[in-house]
Amino acid sequence: MSTARHTPLNSVAAHAALIAYTLIALFPVFVIVINSFKERRAIFREPLALPDAESFSLIGYQTVMKQGDFFLYFQNSFIVTVASLFFILLFGAMAAFALAEYRFRGNTLMGLYLALGIMIPIRIGTVAILQMMVATGLVNTLWALILVYTAQGLPLAVFILSEFMRQVSDDLKNAGRIDGLSEYKIFFRLVLPLVRPAMATVAVFNMIPIWNDLWFPLILAPAEEVKTLTLGSQVFIGQFVTDWNAVLSALSLAILPVLVLYVIFSRQLIRGITSGAVK
Amino acid sequence: MPGTAVSSHAPRIRWHIVVFLAPAVLVYTAVMILPLFDTLRLALYDEVEGQRVFVGLENFRTLFGDPNWSRQFWNALANNFWFFLIHMAVQNPIGIALAAILSNPRLRFSGFYRSAIFIPTILSFVIVGFAWKLILSPIWGIAPGMLDAIGLKSLFAPWLGREETALTTLALISVWQFVGIPMMLIYAALLSIPDEILEAGECDGVTGFSAFWKIKLPLILPSIGIISILTFVANFNAFDLIYAAQGALAGPDFSSDILGTFLYRTFFGFQLQLGDPHMGSAIASAMFAVILIGVCLYLFGIQTRIRRYQL
Repeated sequence: MSTARHTPLNSVAAHAALIAYTLIALFPVFVIVINSFKERRAIFREPLALPDAESFSLIGYQTVMKQGDFFLYFQNSFIVTVASLFFILLFGAMAAFALAEYRFRGNTLMGLYLALGIMIPIRIGTVAILQMMVATGLVNTLWALILVYTAQGLPLAVFILSEFMRQVSDDLKNAGRIDGLSEYKIFFRLVLPLVRPAMATVAVFNMIPIWNDLWFPLILAPAEEVKTLTLGSQVFIGQFVTDWNAVLSALSLAILPVLVLYVIFSRQLIRGITSGAVK
Repeated sequence: MPGTAVSSHAPRIRWHIVVFLAPAVLVYTAVMILPLFDTLRLALYDEVEGQRVFVGLENFRTLFGDPNWSRQFWNALANNFWFFLIHMAVQNPIGIALAAILSNPRLRFSGFYRSAIFIPTILSFVIVGFAWKLILSPIWGIAPGMLDAIGLKSLFAPWLGREETALTTLALISVWQFVGIPMMLIYAALLSIPDEILEAGECDGVTGFSAFWKIKLPLILPSIGIISILTFVANFNAFDLIYAAQGALAGPDFSSDILGTFLYRTFFGFQLQLGDPHMGSAIASAMFAVILIGVCLYLFGIQTRIRRYQL
């Protein structure tokens, strides 16, 4: 590497640009979180000051805890996200294995059919989805959301996982066959453990859009007992719009779980994106 | 191919293939494909005295012919295009620039910058919409206060509350949220460029900016194409941010109305307006057509023409 591309001046400029953009990216989150810990007057008087002994207050959080059932919302979001991911991964991996492993008539066609959903958003079919959920009595249940998110996540999951499954060595699978393993055992015992990194990538990709979705909870499951955290905070903030303490605290509470998940999974997520899984 | 050990012209069905494929195909077909076509079909029906009757293209005639409907539709479509243009003109260049800076192998803390800049992307639209609404609010005064600090207070206006600026402001908020995605994808593309090519360029005196324009940019064009079509599809079915920040009426006076909010209002009803699943289906069909045209233009018009280099 020559030094021509990396003069100290360039590097200072690079850091300046990146720091500037990092501040732009983090500033709104920072402002919301610090103000959620302040009393009302301090929020307006010095919005950019950190909470100190005088201005510190948890009144907003108390309102949120009293008025909104955020634990229930959180639990609903958690169940929907985990169950959807489970079905996306299980069904997606099974279908990907069938497409990658066996040659049968209609294989390519089936692959194309499943890939259609990568480009076409499932929201277009909302009218008929709602009718179907009403007809089957699934409306206002978590199952409605789990089914929709599973269908939404499957196309990309099958696409990514089948790419990875093609790389699993044939010798290994044939050795299993000679030892008398059934096709199911070959899939669950030999192949699945080997594609675990790809499964993690698919999981992380799907997790964020499912957790953050507002459209389907709003339309398919708006009832109080099945509200997700995203919908719950949207409704709560809409009702408490003039109570700044409560709004800021609710926003902070909604940011927190995502941020924790991100800190845990960010390496996986970034590795997933940069490994070219979405080419 | 081990599967071919069982010869493919044998008449017996290999049940394990069916078992492996069935769950995914069933859920995908029942919850995604059938409703999609059912929505297209419902667009051809209407409700007359509690009965669903076939009306052919009548709903579309209303949508495009009735002045009240067509004004709303074209307004939403035009706004949607403006929303998309802002993303293309602001989000992707910033994303590419950040990725170009980050891809410098000597840069320190690049992992930290990458993770930090990606944080807005993981937040929900509800958080992003309300957070910016508060920050830009003239009542709270963070935005005017900061502009005041650099002597530009006169520039401040209640951007989200004005017809001329609301949509552009929302588009820029969305850009702020999603810059992380083009940044990451371009970053990955830039990392896959072999050092030998850049070193060969250096020997010929192509360094710094000209190396970026003449060597790297042509090599990452396919990634830019993919990002553009992903942005297109995401923008033309966007809804959440506008709903969270401006409500279903996409105010002020529908100036930030896009196809997603228009569909929601029509299908679900809002305030005095009653929900109409059949007009909703007609709008959904129009959205489907727009997205389909966009994807086809990309697949046949752009993707086949982009030069790809074997690295």
